Amino acid sequence: MTTPTTTPPRTAALDQSDERLRQSEGLRGALKSFLDSVRAGDVGALPVVVGLLLIGTIFQALNPVFLSSGNLVNLILDSCAVGVISLGIVCVLLVGEIDLSVGSVSGFTAAIVAVLFVRHNVNWVLAVLIACVVACVIGLLYGVLLTKFGMPSFVSSLSGLLAFLGLQLALLGTQGSVNLPFDSKIVGFAQLDFVPPWLSYVLAALAAVALFLSGYETMVRRRRANLSARPLNLLVIRSVALLIALELLFWYLNQDRGVGWMVVFFVTLVLALNYAITRTRWGRSLLAVGGNAEAARRSGINVRNVYWSAFVLCSLLAAVGGILAAGRLASANLSSGTGDVNLNAIAAAVIGGTSLFGGRGSAFSALLGTLVIAAIASGLTLLNLDSSYRFVITGLVLAIAVAIDSLARKSRVSHGRA
Amino acid sequence: MTTMPSPTRTTLLSLRGVSKTFGAVNALTDIDLDVDAGEVVAIVGDNGAGKSTLVKVLAGVHQADSGSITFDGSDVQIADPSAAIHLGIATVFQDLSLCENLNVVENLFLGQELSPLRLDEVAMEVRSWELLRQLSAKIPTVRIPIASLSGGQRQTVAIARSLLGDPRVIILDEPTAALGVAQTAEVLDLIERLRERGLGVIMISHNMEDVRAVADRVVVLRLGRNNGEFDAHTVSSSEVVAAITGATDNVVTRRRDRLQNLEEQSGMASSHDGKETT
Ligand SMILES: Nc1ncnc2c1ncn2[C@@H]1O[C@H](COP(=O)(O)OP(=O)(O)O)[C@@H](O)[C@H]1O
Ligand SMILES: [Mg+2]
Repeated sequence: MTTPTTTPPRTAALDQSDERLRQSEGLRGALKSFLDSVRAGDVGALPVVVGLLLIGTIFQALNPVFLSSGNLVNLILDSCAVGVISLGIVCVLLVGEIDLSVGSVSGFTAAIVAVLFVRHNVNWVLAVLIACVVACVIGLLYGVLLTKFGMPSFVSSLSGLLAFLGLQLALLGTQGSVNLPFDSKIVGFAQLDFVPPWLSYVLAALAAVALFLSGYETMVRRRRANLSARPLNLLVIRSVALLIALELLFWYLNQDRGVGWMVVFFVTLVLALNYAITRTRWGRSLLAVGGNAEAARRSGINVRNVYWSAFVLCSLLAAVGGILAAGRLASANLSSGTGDVNLNAIAAAVIGGTSLFGGRGSAFSALLGTLVIAAIASGLTLLNLDSSYRFVITGLVLAIAVAIDSLARKSRVSHGRA
Repeated sequence: MTTMPSPTRTTLLSLRGVSKTFGAVNALTDIDLDVDAGEVVAIVGDNGAGKSTLVKVLAGVHQADSGSITFDGSDVQIADPSAAIHLGIATVFQDLSLCENLNVVENLFLGQELSPLRLDEVAMEVRSWELLRQLSAKIPTVRIPIASLSGGQRQTVAIARSLLGDPRVIILDEPTAALGVAQTAEVLDLIERLRERGLGVIMISHNMEDVRAVADRVVVLRLGRNNGEFDAHTVSSSEVVAAITGATDNVVTRRRDRLQNLEEQSGMASSHDGKETT
């Protein structure tokens, strides 16, 4: 539908006609422009990928169990709940806000589900729905406090952190803990249900095909509009690389219990949020509000709604993550969502490359960042080091991530990419 | 004070008695303004005269405290920027109001992206190149964050953005401030093309040459008030400058004094010969 009526003579593509533009064609060009953008401070996911490789090598050297199938299956399952919470954090960070209460909200909503489901025999779907509605109301509250009363989200969510922890304790009562039955759907989903091996290989192939098709469609449409496009061989290489990586990973995991359905669920959420951020008007408005809220308002964007939606989505994902965590532990108790859950979720997003300064980030940062945190936790547990070390090291990694974020930002400013 | 409303033209936008205060500051007091279709109105005034405030009231960024705004014959309330955009009032702000973290295409289409649920990046990019070509913009690539562009390039992007959609009135707050000679000429050409297409254009500028080159009418603001209105084709620069600076002896004050004197004389005359007139 975008075919131009008159195709100009086959000269340089429409977007490559400026003589100052260094021509970057083919594979080499793609690699070169990637390196250029990294140098200019658009580091994206590079530091976290390097970090993951480092962590893997170090812990594997210290304890050969670390990279075993069994440990990886557990590690990945362990990262899902915090990963889902971290996805919500990405949303609020993108608009330049923060939610410090995601841990409490996850614990509170897990308690709601457990109490309704176990103590009051409510259908589990209904219980989950009620918890999600409560979470949405909480997110809406933060949004209203920010947009109507100008209350910084830092303060409102800090109050929320305490308040919802209190509600969680009140709800669980004197017993302090509700065990979820092992034959329940929630526990099964989070602990016991694994994708059959054949299906996991099919899923991996589908992912590679989908990546290729979407890239191919874009390429064709861009060529037809006389715009430069990624070369076909790059698309093929990218998809084949993904195919091989996924098939190998799944084969390795299938040596043990395999790929949990919860993992598939988490990755689906990541892909969905990535689509929403990069390919919809809503996502664009998140980035715009995070970059320059007044400019966004003057463009006719309803900034208030953007803030609300970010906070609601964040609390909702916190609830989903909390319920998954309860399923993984088969219980909701006084310590659900407390301790390091909060900071891990926020740290994961930042470690993965989402900026604390707003307007910059990606759904994949939640995935990569949680893997880093889960890997550190798992490695230290294998070394029989207790949580004191884990806290210190996770804190250090977070500090490094923020330092990289700040340095990259400085570099972007000096390279004119702020 | 309103002069020469050419009878063949339709008035697109008209303001009556618009006032705006910021705390104790009266930024605008009783402003009247008319913009016809196919007319270029220049608003001039010293720094702090209230030009940008007037622009922001029209763009929905600020709400007027009092006064009325008529658009296309009907009374309107411009409650927020999206209301202005829906009416068909497009604005290039003095500070440009671009998002530094977004690239050129994303900025151009901000808030008006094509196919909201599955952004049509290809169509948007093609349209962006068309718009930028139209302005002879010297921008090497549109997939570059705004932060990488020079002041003039940014200004071009902001102007290009106002052309998207189908605006009826375009407001440009000092559009040529950061532009080079060629680009300025390009923007002046553009303003003339917009006039030919029947749009109303409000241009704010400090450059009297630019104003006299393209404007049909010059409206002077001084300390937040109307301080004269001139036909841009016949007025001399010194007359406008006098109105801007509020020099006590200029055409405006002389004319006002003359009218006042006439009134006083006729008033005295009528009181003397009251019985003979009707
Ligand atoms: N947001 C604001 N808050 C307070 N005062 C303002 C604001 N915007 C403008 N003003 C005041 O209104 C007056 C007119 O400003 P402005 O419209 O920007 O002038 P101009 O664009 O003609 O130079 C100035 O005295 C300025 O200080
Ligand atoms: Mg101004």
